[in-house]
Amino acid sequence: MTHIPAVHAEGLVKSFGDFRAVDGVDLHVAQGEIFGVLGPNGAGKTTMLKMLATLLSIDMGRAEIFGVDVRRDPHRTRQLLGVTGQYASVDENLTANENLWLFGRLQGVPSKKARDTAADLLGRFGLEEAANKPISQFSGGMRRRLDLAASLITRPPLIFLDEPTTGLDPRTRGQMWDTIRDLVADGCTVLLTTQYLDEADQLADRIAVIDRGYKVAEGTPDELKASVGNSTLQLRLADAADLIMAADVVRRLLGEEPVISGSGRMNVALDAADRAAEVLIGLREAGIGITSVSVDAPTLDEVFLVLTGHDTAEPELEVAR
Amino acid sequence: MTMQLTPPAIAVAPPRRLSAGDIAARTTPRNSLAETLSQTMAMAWRATKKMRRNPEQFFDVTIQPLLFTAMFAYLLGGGMSGSVEAYLPLVIPGILAQTALTACMATGVQLREDMEKGVFDRFKSLPMARIAPLAGPMIADLLRYAIASALTFAAGFAMGYRPEGGVLGVLAAIVLTVIAGWSLAWAFTWVGTLARSAQSVQGISMMIMFPLTFMSNALVPVDTLPGWLAAFVKVNPVSYIVTATRDLANLGQITAHVGWALLACAAVILIFAPLSVLGYRRHL
Repeated sequence: MTHIPAVHAEGLVKSFGDFRAVDGVDLHVAQGEIFGVLGPNGAGKTTMLKMLATLLSIDMGRAEIFGVDVRRDPHRTRQLLGVTGQYASVDENLTANENLWLFGRLQGVPSKKARDTAADLLGRFGLEEAANKPISQFSGGMRRRLDLAASLITRPPLIFLDEPTTGLDPRTRGQMWDTIRDLVADGCTVLLTTQYLDEADQLADRIAVIDRGYKVAEGTPDELKASVGNSTLQLRLADAADLIMAADVVRRLLGEEPVISGSGRMNVALDAADRAAEVLIGLREAGIGITSVSVDAPTLDEVFLVLTGHDTAEPELEVAR
Repeated sequence: MTMQLTPPAIAVAPPRRLSAGDIAARTTPRNSLAETLSQTMAMAWRATKKMRRNPEQFFDVTIQPLLFTAMFAYLLGGGMSGSVEAYLPLVIPGILAQTALTACMATGVQLREDMEKGVFDRFKSLPMARIAPLAGPMIADLLRYAIASALTFAAGFAMGYRPEGGVLGVLAAIVLTVIAGWSLAWAFTWVGTLARSAQSVQGISMMIMFPLTFMSNALVPVDTLPGWLAAFVKVNPVSYIVTATRDLANLGQITAHVGWALLACAAVILIFAPLSVLGYRRHL
C-alpha cells in the first residue's frame, strides 16, 4: 500500500503585489475523498485551486498531485486533473456537442471516440436535448453541468470544483450534489471550494476553512459544527438597552458567551436546540421583551465568528465577543 | 444530524482505485509532435466554426480589398502612371500586401479577445501544447488571406488589369501573399499575448501596420521618394513582399526578390513564434 495522497501541498503562497491572496496553506487530500475548502469571497480559495491546477504560478511552498510535483512537471499534473471553474469554461461559439468533442480531441481522444464520449456524457448529464444548441441558449445550471461533463472526458482521477453550485437554484443544486457523489463512487477524488457550510456538510468528508489566505480550521463537518454548537438561537430584543442584562441571563443559564450585534440582536450558540426554552424563560423572568426569536442550524457566518472572530462579509467590522 | 460522514482514514475503498504511483505512471512527460499537430488542427477547426458563426469577421478581407483597389486605383492612377490601367500592375500587388497585413492584425486582436474568455482557462488547464491555441486560429486564417488576395485580383481584373504572369503567376502571387500574411500574423499574435486588452492590441497593431504598409513601395515607385524615406522603404520587409508579388504576377518570374521575401517571412516566424508562446505562457 502506498500512502501518496491525491493532493499534498505545503506552505502555499501566492502574492499579487503587496496582497497575499494565499499565505502559507497546507493541504492534504486523501485518495477517494471529497475535500471541501470553505470560505467567504476573497478568502483565497480560487487562487489556491488555480495554483494546484497549474493556472497560476506557485510563489512559495510546494504541491504534489498523486506524487507529481506541480511546479516542476505541469504537463503531467494537467493529465491528472479535471478543472471546473466558477464561471463555466466552455466555448460560447460552439454547441454542447462540439464543445465536448473539441475538448476530447485536444486530449488525444480519436475523433469517433470523442463523439461517442460526448454523446454519452450529454446523456449522463441530462443535456441530450440541448446537444446541438449554442451555449448562449443554456441556463446557468445547464452550463455548469456541461462544464463538469467537459472535465470528465478523459476520466481524470482528481476533479477540482470551484464553487460548483454558486448561483444555482435549489433543485439544480441537489442534482449537482448527486453528480459529485457519483464521481466519488466511480473512484474519483474531489477537491471542491464552497461558500456554503451546508454544501460542505452535505458533500465533504473533510473541510478546511480558509480566511484571508490562511487555513483557520480543518476537520470533519461534525467537528467543525461542534465548535460552534449544534444550533443557534437568534434573538431580537424589544429594547436594545436590555442587551447587557440579557447577556448576563444567557451567561448564567448556559455558561455561554452570546454574540451581540447592533440594534438589539443577539446570537447564542446552543449544544442542543431545546435549551433555547431555558433562555426564553430566563429572559421573561428578568422582564426583558423580545420581538423575534428563531433557532437555526449554524451558518457559515457563525462558524466564521467562532473560528476567526470576524464576520464573513466585511473584515473591518470586528464583532465584539 | 442525520448525515453520518465517514472519516477519511477508514474510508471504504472505492471501486477501480489505483495507487497514486500507478496513476502518475500513466502520464506522459510532454506532447509528441503528432499530438501537437492534432491539437493545433482541433483549434483550427474551432476557429473555422467561430468564423462561420460570426461572418462579420470576413468584413476586413472582403470589403477592404474591393474598396482599396477601386479607391487607390482611381485616386492615384492618373497622377502616378498617367492612367488607371497603367497604374494597376503597380498598385494591385501593393494592395494585396496591405490587405494581408490588415487581416493578420485581426488575428492578434481576436486572440486577445478570445483569451479573456472562460474557455481559455480550460485550454490552459488541459495537457495540450502551448502553441496549439495560437497556431490553430492562424491556420484557419489562411482561408481569410486566400479570400482577400483572390478578391483583390478579381477587383483588378474588373478594372482592366491583365497581369503578364498569367494564371500561374497570379496563383503564385496569391500563395506568396498567404505565406506573408501567415508569417506576419505571428508578430501580431505576439502583441496579442502581451497587451492588456483587445483595444490596446488594436492600437499597437495599427501603429505597427500603418508605417509598414504606407512607407513601402506598395502604392508608389521608390524613385519618387526623398532619400531618407527611400532608405526606409528599401529595408521595409513589406517592400520585399510587394516587389516579389509584382515579379510573380506581372512577369511570371521567380526572381531574387521572391527568395528574399520568403526569407523575410521565415525570419519573422522564427522570431515571433517562440516569443508568442513565451507570451502566452506568461499568462499562466
